[in-house]
Amino acid sequence: MQVTVTVNGEEHTSEVEPRLLLVHYLRDHLGLTGTHWGCDTTNCGACTVWLDGVPVKSCTVLTAMASGHEVRTVESLEVDGVLDPVQQGFMQEHGLQCGFCTPGMMMTARRLLDDVPDPSEQQIREGISGNLCRCTGYENIVRAVRWAAEHPATEEAPA
Amino acid sequence: MQTPASFEYERATSVEQALALLEQHGPEACLVAGGHSLLPMMKLRLATPEVLIDINELPDLGYVRVEGSEIAIGALARHVDLLASPVLREHYRIFEEAEHVIADPIVRNRGTVGGSLCQADPSEDLSAVCAALGARLVIQSAAGRRTVEARGFHVGPYETLVGPAEMLVEVRLPIRPGAGSAYQKVERRAGDYAIAAAGAFVVLEGGMVADVGVGIAAVGAPQFTAPGAEDYLRGKEPSEPHLAEAARLAAEATAPAVDQRGTVEYKRHLAGELVRRALRSAAARAAGQEG
Ligand SMILES: Cc1cc2nc3c(=O)[nH]c(=O)nc-3n(C[C@H](O)[C@H](O)[C@H](O)COP(=O)(O)OP(=O)(O)OC[C@H]3O[C@@H](n4cnc5c(N)ncnc54)[C@H](O)[C@@H]3O)c2cc1C
Ligand code: FES
Ligand code: FES
Repeated sequence: MQVTVTVNGEEHTSEVEPRLLLVHYLRDHLGLTGTHWGCDTTNCGACTVWLDGVPVKSCTVLTAMASGHEVRTVESLEVDGVLDPVQQGFMQEHGLQCGFCTPGMMMTARRLLDDVPDPSEQQIREGISGNLCRCTGYENIVRAVRWAAEHPATEEAPA
Repeated sequence: MQTPASFEYERATSVEQALALLEQHGPEACLVAGGHSLLPMMKLRLATPEVLIDINELPDLGYVRVEGSEIAIGALARHVDLLASPVLREHYRIFEEAEHVIADPIVRNRGTVGGSLCQADPSEDLSAVCAALGARLVIQSAAGRRTVEARGFHVGPYETLVGPAEMLVEVRLPIRPGAGSAYQKVERRAGDYAIAAAGAFVVLEGGMVADVGVGIAAVGAPQFTAPGAEDYLRGKEPSEPHLAEAARLAAEATAPAVDQRGTVEYKRHLAGELVRRALRSAAARAAGQEG
């Protein structure tokens, strides 16, 4: 079937099987491998992207369901060489080790901060509770999101 | 990599069209709402529909609103909508408490109330909520609409009254002024299905229980409820000994299965304790106290 999906502002029309999951469309058809593919069971959140502005687990969304809709992936966070505050926060606060959960974490965190610009630690922990990290123990991830909340302006990127 | 078996994809843009597509494709066709129960089952090849009819684009089926003396919830309302609904928060705290512990925020962005009820998983929390509140469910077919009691909706695990060419379109809840309600769940870890869960609502008149509902998930209570416990409490004071006896009767009504989540004895004990806590909290709220 033919699908037309807007990904990071760019429209893509492709011929796909109806059973193709969005995560594989993004990674294998569009080459956007920033979105990770982990548990494949809707648990880990590594595959989190935005569908019409809402974080979803793309291993449990059909590409066909996204046709005519807007998808945003981790690749869209950096604009013209300037990292999103969330990305900077993960850098500053050491919010990752192996990095596998990071793209999903950051897409969830970006949405959380758009909705709640000054979240409490509890709100952050609840907000990322659908994104699992096997490495960090979450402490630094929470700090990274707090850092982003405290440095909302992207222009002042640290060196 | 888990890949569903091949199927044909159709997108419905109205309820009528979805029903016509179901009619046209016969029993091998299946509706998909949030897809958060169905797609995992298809990936494991536990479900192999030949045609998938996507109902996510149906307009105006995601509402939560007051209609006269009832609250009406559209089948496509997502978990996140129920969690955030001011109408539900005002009338039935049970929704906020249940939704807060259903899956995780990202799954809640996608899963729908219609999908939850129609999945008819014995552990589905909203089935227990609807049983507790005495919800009525509106089912539509080409022939029109019919309304059934939530307490008769589940004809078995993963089976409901919704026929192959029908769809659930609405959940209706009676508004009971002064009702208090609550939900209690114990799970192995954040975001997991319940080991056991219980919901309750209570209406008090002159300090006595005038109306009461008990809902129970994950431990095999028939129709997600315990009528014996409700009958016992009606007309009584919600005192600790009475709540304890109601909880004992509710636990007796369960038929838990042994699995990784626990033994029969543990689950039955837990179910009784959660019924007691939910009733205690609902009664306190009905009495105007923070419970
Ligand atoms: C990781 C994870 C954790 C979860 N944890 C919990 C939990 O703790 N508690 C809990 O209660 N649930 C839990 N769930 C289940 C989740 O709540 C349900 O998957 C979801 O709400 C089902 O809704 P859906 O819209 O995704 O349904 P779908 O998957 O789209 O559909 C489910 C079934 O219902 C049918 N259907 C859907 N809509 C209709 C309709 N309007 N009329 C007729 N038939 C229809 C479909 O054909 C299908 O058979 C969890 C799910 C996941 C993935
Ligand atoms: S890969 Fe999608 S949730 Fe783990
Ligand atoms: S950094 Fe390794 S899983 Fe999170």
